[in-house]
Amino acid sequence: MTHPAKLILDDYRRLFRDGIWDNNVVMAQMLALCPLLAVTGTATNGLGMGLATTFVMVAAALLISMLRGIITPEVRIPVFILLIAALVTLVDLVMNAYLYEMHKALGLFIPLIVTNCAILGRAESFASRQPVHRAVVDGLAMGVGFTLILVVLGAVREIPGSGTLFADARLLLGDGFAWMELTLIPEYRGFLLMILPPGAFLALGFILAGKRVLDTRLANRAAAVKMAQA
Amino acid sequence: MTTVAQPSYRQRVGYHSALLGGIALMASAVLVITDMQTRDTIAERQAEDFRQTLEQVIPASVHDNQPQQDTYQLQTADGSSLEIYRARQEGRVSAVAFQVTGRGYAGPIEILMGVDAEGEVLGVRVLRHKETPGLGDKIEVARDPWILSFDGLSLGDPPRDDWAVKKDGGIFDQFTGATITPRVVVNAVRDGLELFEQHRSTLLQRGDESAPSALAPPPALLSPEEPTS
Repeated sequence: MTHPAKLILDDYRRLFRDGIWDNNVVMAQMLALCPLLAVTGTATNGLGMGLATTFVMVAAALLISMLRGIITPEVRIPVFILLIAALVTLVDLVMNAYLYEMHKALGLFIPLIVTNCAILGRAESFASRQPVHRAVVDGLAMGVGFTLILVVLGAVREIPGSGTLFADARLLLGDGFAWMELTLIPEYRGFLLMILPPGAFLALGFILAGKRVLDTRLANRAAAVKMAQA
Repeated sequence: MTTVAQPSYRQRVGYHSALLGGIALMASAVLVITDMQTRDTIAERQAEDFRQTLEQVIPASVHDNQPQQDTYQLQTADGSSLEIYRARQEGRVSAVAFQVTGRGYAGPIEILMGVDAEGEVLGVRVLRHKETPGLGDKIEVARDPWILSFDGLSLGDPPRDDWAVKKDGGIFDQFTGATITPRVVVNAVRDGLELFEQHRSTLLQRGDESAPSALAPPPALLSPEEPTS
């Protein structure tokens, strides 16, 4: 007999596995590529965008899941867009007023979140059909998965592009995080292609191909184990 | 998932419009309330920010007054007016600061620059911009020392033709991947210096004439706004 708490934990674990790997916003759903390509010139910018998006994602999931009982399919899309846009504006205003230093660092990213189709995508395919707790966990998992891919892509572009890693992290996270800023290649002239959008496409292509290869290997190994057992 | 049977009233157009309208109304109400709640705080933070930037473009060593309180509207040739912040040493105008705006890659770049009485740049800082994160945002002093390269320059030094980015044959560095942004800033600062040159006598002399009247009101203005400094 399985304990109900364990069932819920297993369920959450599956949601996180989906969000981070199996059904990752970028690597599997291929959504949110526009902000992804725009801001991943450095790992720090990727992290900033990821954190801001995660917050909006969770809040949107909560709100939409709570309202799912009264929203009809015919008007759901405009209602979702309205809610997400209002939420982003709200976050922008509140951050500007009470987290001014952070807003100066993240401010450029916040308007980009509205155009992030991943949030609308999750609202449509998950939050609007699921109980509140699952929707919130899914929003968090998707946000974490999005943040991870943004940071990885940012690092993959930043290291060959500028020779640094997490440049300007102290502006985003505070002076306590100055240790994160690494200069990997001193006196580096920079490799412009990686910083510009084509570099983002190239790096993303390699990451996607890498995931496919890894997934195929894992599937093959699982199949081999099954064969051996049978 | 299971499809829940929809009550029949939900099929009506009226319900749809009421739902959409109701949610739009609620969202607007929440935003209006938040805007009213945060507006003053945001304005305060921006004023504080502006004061700090002002201190960076007019170093404390060249003045003994409060440049933020000592303002003057300069009528420019195109009919608009420009707010001038005057720094004084013993009543004489030792430097002025004013805003210039360049048309950046993604919207206006608002720049605050300080110029001393000889027409030399004391400091340049970007107040607001919407340039691409990671490329154009190197004009912020917190990210890159580039903006400091204007310090000590004037219209004659370097010669006028050299007031451009290297790509255009000037002396200023452009950034990797971003030429438009630094070009806009260089041009805006040069325009600012030209404006100073045009109105030099007005800017500096004006200060002397109106010194007593301009110095008189600050105590009343100062007390409620800046009790600490």
